[in-house]
Amino acid sequence: MTAPVRRVFLTPAILLMITTFAVPMIIVGVYSFMSRGAYGGVTPPFTLENYTRLFDPLYGVILLRSFWIAGISTALCVLLGFPLALFIAQSGSRKNLYLSLVILPFWTSFLIRTYAWMFLLRDTGLINTILQSLHLIGAPLPMLYNDGAVILGLVYGYLPFMVLPLFATLERLDPSLLEAAADLGARPLETLWRVTIPLAAPGVRAGAILTFVPCLGTYLTSDLLGGSKTILVGNLVQNQFTTSRDWPFGAAASLVLMAVAILLMFAARRKGEDLL
Amino acid sequence: MDAILELRNVSKQFPTHRAVDRVSLAIPRGAFFSLLGPSGCGKTTTLRMVAGFETPTEGEVWLSGQRIDHLPPYQRNVNTVFQSYALFPHLTVRGNVEFGLRRKSVNDIEAKVREVLNQVSLTGKESRKPTELSGGERQRVALARSLVLAPDVLLLDEPLSALDPQLRKHVRAELKDLQRRIGVTFLFVTHDQEEALSLSDGIAVMRNGAVEQTGTPQDLYQRPATKFVATFLGAMNWIGDLGIRPESVHIAARAPSGTPSRSAHVTGIVYLGAYVHVEARLESGESITAQVAPGDHTFFPGDAVQIWWSPADELRFPA
Repeated sequence: MTAPVRRVFLTPAILLMITTFAVPMIIVGVYSFMSRGAYGGVTPPFTLENYTRLFDPLYGVILLRSFWIAGISTALCVLLGFPLALFIAQSGSRKNLYLSLVILPFWTSFLIRTYAWMFLLRDTGLINTILQSLHLIGAPLPMLYNDGAVILGLVYGYLPFMVLPLFATLERLDPSLLEAAADLGARPLETLWRVTIPLAAPGVRAGAILTFVPCLGTYLTSDLLGGSKTILVGNLVQNQFTTSRDWPFGAAASLVLMAVAILLMFAARRKGEDLL
Repeated sequence: MDAILELRNVSKQFPTHRAVDRVSLAIPRGAFFSLLGPSGCGKTTTLRMVAGFETPTEGEVWLSGQRIDHLPPYQRNVNTVFQSYALFPHLTVRGNVEFGLRRKSVNDIEAKVREVLNQVSLTGKESRKPTELSGGERQRVALARSLVLAPDVLLLDEPLSALDPQLRKHVRAELKDLQRRIGVTFLFVTHDQEEALSLSDGIAVMRNGAVEQTGTPQDLYQRPATKFVATFLGAMNWIGDLGIRPESVHIAARAPSGTPSRSAHVTGIVYLGAYVHVEARLESGESITAQVAPGDHTFFPGDAVQIWWSPADELRFPA
């Protein structure tokens, strides 16, 4: 295609990116250097105070907790997603069926699926009711409103984002490499460890970024499944724009979160490799 | 001669077809043995059953006096050079060559790697990745990776087919030389009759999953047992069930007196460098090709000629 034609077809996408991504980002950036208005919004003067406030240990703890929970969730996604992706990649004609099952949850809203977990996990929920009626437990198990519930919700929600890139990598794996490993004396587990896993590394990295970044910024899952005990960076930002009405601080916190996420993505990138 | 590898009535039945049908082979220790046949003849499946990637439906595979057809690939002392080489892309040349050694916990890995890389002339390329090597070098890494484990038999699945034609002849000579020097038994799969004839001590010609004929290159070329073998190895003229090689066909404007000959006229000339193929049509209607030296070639299309051959050069295959 010639350059002018290309430009015509690109224009809608570029306009959309400018109006819905670039402009809001600039607004958030400007807000983060302003002072809070009495009823939300922002007023002059410009200040760095929103950023210096983030150094308060209170917020440091929140940030660390967010990293911890996102890290654990990502690790669990790798551990659960790798065998699943390997299984799907090796299941021949049933591949597409299994893949659509992995994607099936997306057909329902994430919010509704998170509520479904609440109905399962809460004290009067399905699991506790059944266990109690079978007299396996006396008091209900405290499964909701803790870090475990948040991690469960995150792993459940983002597992497909791990499985799909891993599947794409493992499916491309030349089967003769696995035969070659066996031919050279490697047992199946050794082949997995020395050939399959190293060659799946790009898929693991892509999947890890795709799960870690949204886990780091989550607020819905931690809000609904973590209760008031689990405050993560996402909830902190959300609170500034709602109950606390401190937009500038919320803007600064969200930018710092974004900067950290971007830095991590670059750190995860290997030399000469593309991002994702 | 004692056979290092023996296949006894080996068959492989796939859901849709019978890939290998009662194949029996005895491959002598130290031999360069080829499985030759057109694609789909079962030669690769046969090789894969020796390697352990396929299990025979019937029959037995014996290696160095031990029955191995029930063993997984990692317990068989045979190694494979794959058609695509199947080098591990995440490992260097050294990493690829060491792959099997580490498992066997050999003490002097370093010395073994150095020796085998020297044998295949790859010294100095230890830290290259497969993508940084030429096709010929990749093939030699594949060889080194297998040879370093000192297999009883080295299995080669069309190892030259990925190389360009110029390089192929050169690598072919190298391969034969390497096999002679190290004395390892080679089981070589190819569809290229020239490759098989020039490299092998013994050849099994396969067709539709079965062995058509086994013998030395000379046996197969001079005394083919079937019409298929006669056609598949080298060029052949057919007059009914009678076969004559182009190099046995004599052609001249007039045959020497007293020699029984047939009249024909020249239909085409194919100049092939070292020799010329003169194509002619007999009065009885059959096409026949005579191979002549370029210096003897004075023929033009349309020329009336006489054609004859020695009865000793006739090959007969009753239908």
